[in-house]
Amino acid sequence: MTRRLLILGLTLFLAGCQSDVLSPSGWVAEQLRDVLLITTILILLIVAPVMVAIVVIAKKYHHRAGQDAPQGYDPAYAHSNKLELLIWAAPLVIIMWLGAITWVTTHKLDPYRALDSAATGVEDGEEELVVKVVALDWKWLFFYPEQGIAVVNESAAPVDVPIEFGLTASDVMNAFYIPALAGMIYTMPGMETELNAVVNEPGAYKGRSSHYSGAGFSGMRFTFHGMSNEEFDAWVEKVRAEGTELTREAYLKLAEPTSREKVRYYTVSDPDLYHDILNRCVEEGQTCIDEMDHGTGGGSMTNEGHDGDGAHGDASESHSSVSHGTLDVAANEQN
Amino acid sequence: MAAGSGEIETTFLLGRLNWDAIPQEPIVWGTFVGVVIIGVCAMAAITYFRLWGTLWHDWFTSVDHKKIGIMYMILGLIMFLRGFADAIMMRAQQAMAFDGNEGYLNAHHYDQIFTAHGTIMIFFAAMPFVTGFMNYVVPLQIGARDVSFPFLNNFSFWMTVGGAVMMMVSLFIGEFGQTGWLAFPPLSGSEAQPYVGVDYWIWGLQVAGVGTTLSGINLLVTILKMRAPGMTLMRMPIFTWTALCTNILIVATFPVLTATITLLALDRYLGMNFFTNDLGGNPMLYVNLIWIWGHPEVYILILPIFGIFSEVAATFSGKRLFGYNSMVYATVCITILSYLVWLHHFFTMGSGATVNSFFGIATMIISIPTGAKVFNWLFTMYKGRVRFELPMMWTIAFLLTFTIGGMTGVMLAVPPADFVLHNSLFLIAHFHNVIIGGVVFGVFAGINYWWPKAFGYRMNQFWGHVSFWCWVGGFWVAFTPLYVMGLMGVTRRMRVFEDPTLQPFFIVAAIGAVLILAGIGALALQVFFSILQRKNNRVYSNDPWQDGRTLEWATTCPPPHYNFARTPVVYDLDAWHDMKEHGYVPPREGFEPIHMPKNSGAGVIIAGISTVLAFALVWHIWWLALVTFVGMIAAAIHHTFNYDRSYNIPASEVRETEHAVDHATTEAV
Amino acid sequence: MSTEVLTAPTDERVFHLEQEPEHPEGTSTALGFWIYLMSDCLIFATLFATFAVLGGNYAGGPTPKEIFELPLVAVNTAMLLLSSITYGFAMLSMQDKDLSGVIRWLLITACFGAAFLCIELYEFYHLIHEGAGPQRSAFLSSFFALVGTHGLHVTFGLIWLFTLVVQLRKHGLSPANERRVECLSMFWHFLDVIWIGVFTFVYLFGMI
Repeated sequence: MTRRLLILGLTLFLAGCQSDVLSPSGWVAEQLRDVLLITTILILLIVAPVMVAIVVIAKKYHHRAGQDAPQGYDPAYAHSNKLELLIWAAPLVIIMWLGAITWVTTHKLDPYRALDSAATGVEDGEEELVVKVVALDWKWLFFYPEQGIAVVNESAAPVDVPIEFGLTASDVMNAFYIPALAGMIYTMPGMETELNAVVNEPGAYKGRSSHYSGAGFSGMRFTFHGMSNEEFDAWVEKVRAEGTELTREAYLKLAEPTSREKVRYYTVSDPDLYHDILNRCVEEGQTCIDEMDHGTGGGSMTNEGHDGDGAHGDASESHSSVSHGTLDVAANEQN
Repeated sequence: MAAGSGEIETTFLLGRLNWDAIPQEPIVWGTFVGVVIIGVCAMAAITYFRLWGTLWHDWFTSVDHKKIGIMYMILGLIMFLRGFADAIMMRAQQAMAFDGNEGYLNAHHYDQIFTAHGTIMIFFAAMPFVTGFMNYVVPLQIGARDVSFPFLNNFSFWMTVGGAVMMMVSLFIGEFGQTGWLAFPPLSGSEAQPYVGVDYWIWGLQVAGVGTTLSGINLLVTILKMRAPGMTLMRMPIFTWTALCTNILIVATFPVLTATITLLALDRYLGMNFFTNDLGGNPMLYVNLIWIWGHPEVYILILPIFGIFSEVAATFSGKRLFGYNSMVYATVCITILSYLVWLHHFFTMGSGATVNSFFGIATMIISIPTGAKVFNWLFTMYKGRVRFELPMMWTIAFLLTFTIGGMTGVMLAVPPADFVLHNSLFLIAHFHNVIIGGVVFGVFAGINYWWPKAFGYRMNQFWGHVSFWCWVGGFWVAFTPLYVMGLMGVTRRMRVFEDPTLQPFFIVAAIGAVLILAGIGALALQVFFSILQRKNNRVYSNDPWQDGRTLEWATTCPPPHYNFARTPVVYDLDAWHDMKEHGYVPPREGFEPIHMPKNSGAGVIIAGISTVLAFALVWHIWWLALVTFVGMIAAAIHHTFNYDRSYNIPASEVRETEHAVDHATTEAV
Repeated sequence: MSTEVLTAPTDERVFHLEQEPEHPEGTSTALGFWIYLMSDCLIFATLFATFAVLGGNYAGGPTPKEIFELPLVAVNTAMLLLSSITYGFAMLSMQDKDLSGVIRWLLITACFGAAFLCIELYEFYHLIHEGAGPQRSAFLSSFFALVGTHGLHVTFGLIWLFTLVVQLRKHGLSPANERRVECLSMFWHFLDVIWIGVFTFVYLFGMI
């Protein structure tokens, strides 16, 4: 018991000072934190009495060698309908309660769901900020398509503006995680996941990959800045001014494995670059996943890299899509 | 390291194997020298005491389920030490590596360590422990003389050893995977990990997986077909019930693992596209398939442990287990539900809200039967006569620890909460909470409980207590900081940290690991002193805890080769207790010959060849792979030509054995 | 369940068998082998699931309609079904204790099995030669894995069958050998059932 009180005390203490999870700066993360706390309290309703009972009963019926059997010793006591009912019903009630909360909050806090202004305190009429994120080995590349810029290992957003992250990866799986902002979500090559969030307080927040992705994984971190609108515009201007053009060659160079990469600014004039990264066709001669014939028609053996000698002639030159519909868990399209 | 970009040199004779395969790390070298010294000493001792013959004839080739069970436990303990060495290295690294300090492990080494730690602890420590207990105890509890397929049992064990050998070899020749213990592609694909690490993982698990599956089939059939007359399903001891459910899970999930890993191997070896990024491959399919095995695996480990705690709680409370029927139904519920929850391991993959909430709620539902079990143990103590012997102390520690683990588990089952806790140190703390607080504590409870049965003397109490307090305290010191850091957003598998305020937490965790180390040391001393003082601690009764309830306590300590001189007949749950109530005295005359299986060396040989085959495949030594593959099949066929697989123990020998025990007992009294 | 039993230990109970039961060996073999088959079935289930997920990912490569030749597969299916029938005759001969009949029918079964394998190998060779090898696309990977695993099983069945024929020649229809013939029979029919699944879900549905 004391131990758990200690844990509880510690967590509360931490909540007050430095925990990004327990005292976040974005609406989504706040909601997640609330779910976490409600869940904890609900389970404690049953766990705490049980733990007390374990200690009390073990003490009460403790039989020391050489002493008489404890008071109330009844070797035949092995069944009781009332108690059996209780031991199944009590957890059941809690789980039904928790299950209802789970259903509601999971839908409400679905990362794919666009934030509605009433819930978020986000000002009405606020346009969404679209950020496209690519997890590279081992750094993060943020595209701001509307602003025409891209940034490595730094990201920013104006406060109280809904952000829609679209996320993918260059070649291995990662997870995108800014504890103060929202929950984590996997980034996977050849497909896009989505995360809707908002930052409500200005500040610099830690972000990182939380899914192990290879040797440089520990250094795969970035800073996320919550800013005022003016600051954000200034930041965009700064990136534009200092940035070099992110050409395909520059991207391919950037995609080579490095760790603890410093912040880099780019301007992006090629509107298809992110699309081609997502569809794995940045390099010359690669077929984009979304342009690849799924074989519904007859003439499927016509892709590049295929010549008369056979379709497997040069496998590396053609790419295929991960079909989103086939695994329902992969249902990336939420609507 | 040969790992990395570029072509890997291959020769016909040795495949990818060459001098570069020897790791250039002082830690590995030191370990290697240590292992060689220990190995040479052990070999020398065995030779000096002329034990090779005994080892081979009485142990390695033995088909006796009791000996195989003990060998599984020894394998588990050895691999547990290896896995723990990995753990303490990780703790040391994470306690050091702050503020620009790189620690003492580079990424290549550190990443292998956490991969090996997980793989070894689950497959080669926890699984052998659980299988060892089931092997030793189940036939005794159901009043059988052996398992259904005794030779297969021996073979299964040696296949598990073969897998473990692959793990150990990877330490000194080549490398292990750097992927995490489940080797998710594309990271485990040939592009990201072209060298042999993942191949060691693949073939080690394949070899061991065959053993586990066969052992599962064997024990399942044993429980279904070999029960003593009168032992209906609802009169089976609860440990046997949990073993039944676990073996159903093994048979119904390990094939999925085998198939999935085979597909990964096809991707890596033949350039196929199951889980690749390109040409239509889908890594998400792998994640689903591996967790369809992986989640039931958790219950494969914990169910028999629940069984151990149930037996211990009843014995040391001097009472029948409270709510036996409830317990059975709860076990069956968990068995079924464990198949329906795999997706909770990746809520963060972007599944839809409906899918996520389905799996979240399914997961929570498992906590209902689990909660019922906790209540059953609680009410078993209620109105009991609770003796705080070591097995019972472990059980109470388990109840208190596991409840917290269960609680954090339910927290992780709520998808929105999981979005912030997944892949965090909170998750690490949670599953160590249930695996250490559940499986490991249960293994120690079981060892202390059945040791007198297996060896005929009690374990040393003092060192047992030291071990207990170091373990329980060490566990909480090591993992409470991880819970806290998880709530601060600190994630797993990190080698270095930037935030210096975290360092104190990691130092505390490292201190906890040292406490656990002390607990392991005390356990070793406990075993050592137990053996040393075996004459003083000898037990003369069949039922050294006095309150034994199930059939294993109806036979001698240790049981004779044939377990029961006369096949027991069961009239009630808790058959041995029933016998005691009726003042049953086993007959001393009128023995009959007993039909028993013969030992066989074929299991060792076929498993040995399989292991060489696995090694050849890891290193792309194709000629050796072909030779060993053919050799393996030839050896198996050769074994099928052996029709002479059993013999009779003559009645006179049975009589002699039984009377010798009586004699020793009366002499002592 | 039975608290009253605990308090009333008066009835006469004999807690051991008066007569040790006959221990015919292998009473569990059939059940054990059947459970093994079920576990094997799960390997196929995994491969079927993989095919269901990846079977549409042609990656610009060939589609089922372009590469499958149904007549060939139909002949192949016929071979396997016939082999199951002839195995049935072997079992009938075994019931009549007709050793030479068993061996004869087993060898005929082997012929059909071998024919099945040859046709399958021809199909594979043909596909790979056409550029529709297992590396070409996820569809083809999952196709080759599923059909190939079945083929491997048939191969092992054949090895087992020949071993068994030698053993039958050597030891006749001993109880042990009869058990083995029965187990192989289960194995062989199991492969037949799996093949019907393959034929339906892979070939027929692929052609629709």
